[in-house]
Amino acid sequence: MAIDTTPAPPAEAPSDELDLVARAKAGDGAAFSVLINRYEGKIFRLAMNITQNREDAEDVLQEAFFKAYEHLAQFQGNSKFYTWIVRIAVNQALMKLRKRKSDRTISLDEQIDTGEDMVVREVAAWDPDPEERYSRDEMNGILTEAIDGLLPIYKTVFTLRDVDGLSTEETAEVLDLTVPAVKSRLLRARLQLRDKLTRFFKRKGDDAFAYM
Amino acid sequence: MLTCKQFLSELSDYLDEKTSAEVKAKLQRHITECPNCWVICDTTKKTIQVYKGMESCTIPEDVHSRLMAAVERKIAACKKQ
Repeated sequence: MAIDTTPAPPAEAPSDELDLVARAKAGDGAAFSVLINRYEGKIFRLAMNITQNREDAEDVLQEAFFKAYEHLAQFQGNSKFYTWIVRIAVNQALMKLRKRKSDRTISLDEQIDTGEDMVVREVAAWDPDPEERYSRDEMNGILTEAIDGLLPIYKTVFTLRDVDGLSTEETAEVLDLTVPAVKSRLLRARLQLRDKLTRFFKRKGDDAFAYM
Repeated sequence: MLTCKQFLSELSDYLDEKTSAEVKAKLQRHITECPNCWVICDTTKKTIQVYKGMESCTIPEDVHSRLMAAVERKIAACKKQ
């Protein structure tokens, strides 16, 4: 399978979403279940990214959907349902972290950039089609391992922005970061992932050479 | 001529096509003259693309079952109130 290098279209909320939300607001549990099935995987992954703990992530997942159900009347449809529930889940996940370290306030912005993570270690051209070298499972394993090696804030920003397709502004809003903070974390995340993937995907026979 | 560091700091905006025409022209000039930055730009673009194509995350079955059961109880409790 060749890598598609055309820009992905902006993520749009499915057209039935407002209808599902309206039905859920009116007490239709089945409509709410459809919304859960649509987003539970992404919310669970996000909660894992932030809490780094399966049990906490499961709590966050349940609390996020509970809170969403309780406050459905407040969802006005000005944003996508997904960005609304992501914001709830992020707040729940941060509360978990605060409980774990009750003596200090925690935010996703607490890690200070040192600039060292901007260093590019490996520069080598990739195979034109690296995905042919690996099975689908191996490929998923490589991508997951690389992303798991990032700091939680980088992992979260990259996942929301580049995997889930939120805009920079939406990502800033749900994580309560400024737009420049999202951009700087996204750049670092992308460069670190590129570095990690180069070890797997570089063209055979190409040696990495020092850069900067 | 931009330095490589200046190029890197603009890379995300360049890949997202968010730079002004003037900055874009400078960045394009830099990668025609700097093979390292060309490789970094190309492989970063591919990094983003391979993750876009990643299979959507599946939730563990036990986590899903407990969530659905908990939400069902929640909805039933809300209806009683």
